[in-house]
Parts: sequence; C-alpha cells; structure tokens
Amino acid sequence: MDPGNFASLRHFVPEIILAAGMLIVILVDLAGSDSPGGKRWLGHVALLFALVALISIAFEPALPGGWLFHRMLVFDSFAIFFRFLIGLAAVVGVWMSIGSREVRNCDQGEYYAILLASTFAMFLMAESANLLMAYLSLEFVSLTSYVLTGFLRHNRRSLEAALKYLIYGGVASGTMIYGMSWIYGLTSSMDFVEINRALTTPGHLPVLAVFIALVLILSGLGYKVASVPFHMWAPDVYTGAPIPITTFLAIGSKAAGFALLTRFFFPAISHLATGGSWQALAGVDWPELLLFVCIITMTLGNLAALQQTNMKRLLAYSSIAQAGYALMGFVVLSNEGLHAMLVYLFAYYVMDAGAFLVVMIVANSTGREDIEAYRGLAWRGGIVPAIALTIFLFSLTGIPLTVGFIGKFYIFAAVIRGKFYLLALIGVLNSVVSLGYYLKPVWTMFLYEPKGDEGTVSFDAWNYGLMGVLAVATILFGVYWAPISAFAGRSINFFLGAA
Amino acid sequence: MSHALTLITFIPLIGAAVILALPATMTPIYKWIAAISTVPQLIIAVWLYVRFDTTTTAVQFAEHAPWMASYHINYFMGVDGISISMVLLTALICFISVFASFSVSRAEKGYYALLLMLDTGMMGVFVSLDFFLFYIFWEVMLLPMYFLIGIWGGPRREYAAIKFFLYTLLGSVLILLAMLGLYYYGPTPTFDMTQLAANASGYSVSFQRIVWIALFIGFAIKIPAFPFHTWLPDAHVEAPTAISVILAGVLLKMGTYGILRVNFAILPAASHQLAWFFLGVIGAINIVYGAMCAMAQTDYKKLIAYSSISHMGYVMLGAASFTAAGINGAVLQMFNHGTITAMLFILVGVIYDRAHHRDIGGFGGLAQQMPVYAGMTGFAFFAGMGLPGMSAFISEVLVLIGAWQTHPILTIFAAATAILTAGYLLWTYQRIYLGPFNEKYKAFPDLSFREAFCLVPLAVIVLILGVYPHAILGLLNTSLVHLNQVVLAAPATAVAMLH
Repeated sequence: MDPGNFASLRHFVPEIILAAGMLIVILVDLAGSDSPGGKRWLGHVALLFALVALISIAFEPALPGGWLFHRMLVFDSFAIFFRFLIGLAAVVGVWMSIGSREVRNCDQGEYYAILLASTFAMFLMAESANLLMAYLSLEFVSLTSYVLTGFLRHNRRSLEAALKYLIYGGVASGTMIYGMSWIYGLTSSMDFVEINRALTTPGHLPVLAVFIALVLILSGLGYKVASVPFHMWAPDVYTGAPIPITTFLAIGSKAAGFALLTRFFFPAISHLATGGSWQALAGVDWPELLLFVCIITMTLGNLAALQQTNMKRLLAYSSIAQAGYALMGFVVLSNEGLHAMLVYLFAYYVMDAGAFLVVMIVANSTGREDIEAYRGLAWRGGIVPAIALTIFLFSLTGIPLTVGFIGKFYIFAAVIRGKFYLLALIGVLNSVVSLGYYLKPVWTMFLYEPKGDEGTVSFDAWNYGLMGVLAVATILFGVYWAPISAFAGRSINFFLGAA
Repeated sequence: MSHALTLITFIPLIGAAVILALPATMTPIYKWIAAISTVPQLIIAVWLYVRFDTTTTAVQFAEHAPWMASYHINYFMGVDGISISMVLLTALICFISVFASFSVSRAEKGYYALLLMLDTGMMGVFVSLDFFLFYIFWEVMLLPMYFLIGIWGGPRREYAAIKFFLYTLLGSVLILLAMLGLYYYGPTPTFDMTQLAANASGYSVSFQRIVWIALFIGFAIKIPAFPFHTWLPDAHVEAPTAISVILAGVLLKMGTYGILRVNFAILPAASHQLAWFFLGVIGAINIVYGAMCAMAQTDYKKLIAYSSISHMGYVMLGAASFTAAGINGAVLQMFNHGTITAMLFILVGVIYDRAHHRDIGGFGGLAQQMPVYAGMTGFAFFAGMGLPGMSAFISEVLVLIGAWQTHPILTIFAAATAILTAGYLLWTYQRIYLGPFNEKYKAFPDLSFREAFCLVPLAVIVLILGVYPHAILGLLNTSLVHLNQVVLAAPATAVAMLH
C-alpha cells in the first residue's frame, strides 16, 4: 500500500529514463573537445531519450493507481495523461531545438541536459500528491525554465526575459509556499489525502483561513498556467526565450501547471459527488473566484493579443487566452468539465506547437519574428508553411474540422451541461474576438503582396517534417477524435488512497 | 445511387484535390477541371429532382452512419421538401459560377480549388440532417469564402473579407451554443434534426425562446436581416463576379433555410410566438429599407446588393405569415432570388470586366453598343421587379397573399415597395443603357458566348417558373404545409400571452 523507495522505482521508469538521458548528455558533452556550436548531435541523443521516455509511459499500468515513495507521488491515469502530454512537449521542444538556428551556437550539452531535467520536473509535478513534493517539483521546473529562457547569453531580450521570469516566479512561489504553510497549520498534514480528510471533517473548517490559504496557493499555480493576474511574465518570457523553449514552456509547463492545479483543487480539497460532479468545501468559494479568473484570463488575453505585431508575443497572449478556455472546463466542477479540459489541452498542444514551429521556420530563414516578415509569404515561395500556419491559427480560433474545434466543442458542451450560460456566451464571444488577431497573420500571408525585402523561406526537411505531422494531426483529430476523447475520459480517475 | 447525397456533396472536393495535385504547368486546364467537377453534381441534382417523391414529408435519399457515438453524432444526410429546391439551386449556381470565373487570371489553382471547396460546404449544409454535421459544413464554408473575397477581390478586399468572417462567425458561435442547449435539455440527447423536431414538445417555452433568438441571430446574419446586413454590400462590392453570384445565389439562402429547418421545425412554439416580429417586422423592414438604400446607390453592384437584401425580406415575411401560400411562396422566392440575383451579378460583372468601374453615372446609352447585353439586362430587371410571366411574380404574390391574412399592415408596406423597386431598377436602366451614348465605350464587344452561356439557362428557368411554378412548388408543398401545421399546432396558450 505504501511502497518504499525501491519498490516505487518500478513505476518510475519514464523519469529514470529522463534522468539517465540527462546524465548521459552531460557526460558525453564532457568527453571530447569543446568548440562553440559543436556537438550538435547531442540533440539527437536527447531526442532519443525523450522519445523512449514517452513510449515507456504507454507501458505504465494505469489502474488501480497507487502511492510512490512514501506517499510523495502517485501514479494514476491522470498522471499518465499529463506525463504523456509533457513528454510530447519535450519531444517537440528537443526536435525544434535541433532545427533552430537560434540555439545552434549555444552550449549543446547543458542545453539539452537542462531541457530533459525540466521535463523530469514537470513529470513530478503531474504526480505530486503532497504539498512538499508539489512545491519542490514546481520550483524545479521554474529554475530550469529560468535557465532555458536566458540561454541566449548574448541576447539582451533573452536575459531580460529570464530575469523577469525569475522575479515573478520567486514572488509567486513564495506566496504559494506561504499558503501551503497555512494549510499545513490548519490540517497538520501535507499529504493531499490527509488534507482532504481534515478539511471535510464536520465542524473543523475555518472557512476564511482556508480561503486565504487557497488564494495564496493559487498565485503559484496561476503563475504556472499563466492565468490573470499572474500572467504578466508570459508575454516577455515567450518573446525573449529561444522559440523551442517558448514552445516547450507554452505547452509543457502549462500542462504541468494544469495537472497540479487540478490535482490540488479537485481530489485534495473537493470531493466527488454522485453523477460525476465535484463539490467544493462548504462555504469556501474558490469556484467563484476561479470562474472570475477564467473569464478575465480569456478576455484579457484576447484583447491584449489584438494589438500585437510580434508573432511570439501574439501567440503568448493567445496562450493566455487559451488557458482561460481550458479553465472553463475546470470551473464547471464536473468530471465532464475535466474531460473537456484534458481534450482541450491536447488540442492546444497540437495547434500551439504547430504555430510556434512555423514562427521558428520563418525566423530561421529571415531572422524576423514580426508580422511584417510574413507579408505575402504565400506568394514568395512559402506557400506550405503559410497553409500550415493558417491551419494552426484556425484551429486555435476553433473553426471546425480542426482539433481546436473539437476541444472547444467539448468545453462548451460541459459548460452548457453545467448551466453556466453566461460563461458559455462570454467564451464564444471571446472566440469571435480571437479571430481578429488569429486572422492577422493569415491575411498578411495571403492577402498582401510581398514588398520584396522580406527574404525567402527555405525548405528544411527536419522542421517541415514535424510541421507536416502537426498539421495532419490538427485536421485528422478534427475529423476523428474518438481516441483522444477516450484517452482523456480514462484519465480523469484520481488515485485518492485506499479508503 | 444509394449514396447520391454523399456524391453530390463531395465530388467537387475531389475536383479540388485534383487541381491541387496538378503541377503549375497545367494552369490552363484548372478551370476545365473545375467545370467538369460540377457537372456530376448537376446531373445528380436532376436525378434527385426526378426521383423525389412529392407526396411525403419523410426524409428521402437518407444516408446514416455513426460518427462519434458518445455524443450521438452521426453522419446523417437526407433531403425533404424544405431542402430539395436548395440542392437544385446550389448545383445550378455552382455550375454557372465556374464559367463566370473564367476571367480570373491570378493564382488560378487556389481560386478553383477554393471555389470547389465552397461548393462542397454549401451543398453539405443543405443535405445534412445531423445538427453537428450541419454546423461543420456551415462554418467550414466560411474559410474558402474568406479567401476568395480576400485574395481575388477588389481594392478593399481585406476589410470586406474580415467583416464577412467576423459577422458570420459571431452568428455561428451562437448557433453552436443553441445546438448544445438543444442537445442537453431535450428528452433524449441527440443531434439528429428529425429527432430534435420530434422532441419539440419536450422543451419548455421559455427555453425555446432563448434558443430561438440565439439561432435567429445566427441565421439572420447570413440572410442578412436588418440590422445585421451591413457586411453584405461590402462583401459584394469587393468579391469577384462569380463569388458574388454564389454569395447572393446560394449563401444567403442558408440563413432562411436554417430558420425553416431549425427554428420552425425544432422550436415551433417559440416560432409561433416570435416570428411576427423577428421575421415579419424585420422582413418588412428588409424589403423597404433595402429598396430605399438601393435607390441611393451610385455603385452598380452595391445597388444590386441592396436589392438582394430587399428581396430576401419577402422570404422572411412569407415564412412569418404561417399560411400555406406564404411559406410556399417564401421557399419559392428563395429559389427565384437565387436565379435572378445570380443573373444580375453576372450582368454587373460583364460591364465591369470591360469598363473596370461600376459607377452608374459613368455609363450611358450602352444599348446602342451592346444590344444583346442591354436586352438581357432588361429581362433580368423585369424579373427582379416581379413582372407577371416571370418567376419572381409568382413567389412574391404568394408571399403577399399569405402575409395579407396575418400581417395586413406589413403586407401593405411590402407591396408598396414594388413601386420603389420598379423605380430604382428602371432609373438605373435608363442611366446605364439608354440616353446619349458615351463614346468612351465604343470598343466594347457585346456579350461573349461564355457570358451568354452563363445567363441563358438562368433566364430560361426564370421564364419556365413564371409560367409553370409547379415545377418547384410541387416539390415543396407537402413538406412545407406540414411544417406550417406543426408550428400552428404549437401550444396556443403560450401564444395567447403575447397577443
């Protein structure tokens, strides 16, 4: 029931593979001569380990779930879903790093080792079932992310982004651990199951204290998923970081944040009522607070994105808005909502990775990230990336026959089912607003004639290959999404400890 | 042909795929592939017309296959009296619009591929009987339209295209919410439109009202009904000729079709209560306001666009009358509007191709130089005025007869507008075709064979339906009378509240 450290290793294979990969990359890097920009093949080694770790997740036993490492971690189908998503994010991140011109001149060994370490930490975030572990894994992710963001040492923007990220992160996690100390004080436990038991004991609930503690904790988790009002770092960090890292943070780090957020707010402090709906603690109004956060997050993200002229910044605000959409599945407090959220996060993974990849392809050739660099892209030899970017952006908008529509469909279905009509209306109006900026690159690429000074976009099999895979996945899962829906449906089983 | 409806929908898509697959050296034959791909559609449409059983209200040529079982989504296609005439119209207009496109010379590959995709989308809307499938076609169709206006349009094409897209997306997301509401709050969750119609009595009247209005806004934007009509003149003015033909010929009908198919059939009680205002009064406003706007235009194409808005008002008014004559007249008017407005837009395109402007005041005496063209325009204008012996006369008179019984005051306004219509059309005719000849246009050739080939079939249909309207009315009558009865039979108590 409570396996020791060695027995736990059996369910820790993907993490072990990542750790091994990290060490091997460092060791191989140490051996042999050191020339800047050399040893680019280290990326392929990292890719191999990321892929093997991803595949090994498929062999994890999902049920019945259980504790690991003295109740620090759990393995359950929910953790498997998020590790799978994070693993996919790592694969894309490494793949893009290999194809990126920006990171070609960085120290390859450290870069890939830290990338794998970050993935490792995100895995832990998805599995944490203890406040201490949750905090440690979140900090681990943050620290590695700061380094990766600032990896372009000679680029001022990159350094500035890393510093901003660090300061925001420090404040957010400090606030969070303060909130955790409140919870510990109230329940004298850091274990999610014990916390739940203590809080749900009748008559022992200091409502205001719990609420304050939850708000404090929310600041740390909200920072990870980049929800308003803890989103301010995202546009700067996403713009300053190398594009593969931006992608990795936008999809991987966000997924890890959602995993911990969900595990804390659902199994740890709520309980499952009949009919698949979740009941929050009596009197503690965090669902209303999160409803508010969700509405503000998508609205503000969308409105801010309308003004952007830099593609990375535009996608950064877009990803804030996308987190808002995903939160809609969260705030309806039902298994159906969580199911929708998981489907949405998967959809978001595919389309957002694709969009960032095209941005990288264009930046590789032209060295530019502003929308003007896309002027007439379709008419100056870049018709293939132009079409791909169009697919990804329409998917982000939620146009049918793309996976993004399916995600939105599930979200709105859950919202309507939960009778949150106003939220549904705000959500769809947000989709309409978002078209305003998602179309901006599209019309720049197709409707404008090139001026002639934009440069050309050259073909590159490595990046085009991944782009093709993601574009096909975007459309394929938009038509036949049963496997994702089934996978997400299986994954909303939390391990709550044997009663 | 057991899969007639699948074939009629997807054959153009195959054509699009062929065009995309061919190398650029084969540019001259793209247009012929597009033409050939629309021929089977026309043949199948005629076959459907011949085989259609006019004595039943049942769904015919049905195709049924499961798609996503957990949400009860099916691939369900079929036609009945409400949709069969629209299938015919779509096949006819798409066939003609390919020939009307032959003057396009820029990026032909993309143009014809998108045109055929648009064809598939429109046809899909009319043959889908699963709400989810209907929605997919409804929204996917926006994309080719956006690009066709945006890339091949006039000087303000970007503005017109995005305005079109934003307006219609706003409408579609409301339809999405309404669709989910119908799905969850009916007696049995289903997207099957025939099943939803059978469920009609299971929805409370207040719920029906909310859903009805959401759906109405969605559909009204497409019609376009006052005050959602402002996108249409912009879209028409900027769109290339063939796209205007499709826009006016088919696309607008999707709005009124949706109202009959969804609002009337699925929400009869709410229709009974609300139609007098939303369809009756707004329809009358459309008729009068559209005609008055048309009178004030100096741009030939904008004039036709407003005239088109005005004539769509008859469809709404006829539907609001809840009489057999009115509703039959409404759907017949949809068909007639499709043929006549298509002719008018082709005629505008003829002169624009030669003069490269559309300023009504800049022409004069063209009848001397282009007698056949002037004759054809005269014919189309008379048809637009609803002269006896031409198709629009029958449908407009039916609408007025029907509406007179329930909304006499509105009918007076609608009937009086015939004078305005005659006024602006005759005045326009006089300014462009009569009077002193403007020597500038001396070199203009008369109608080419291709242009005549586009116009003559439409003119023949206008004449036939003017004399023998039963050719279309016979198809509609059974289903529409039944639909009308369903609405009239909806709870009378609820109606009493309002009057």
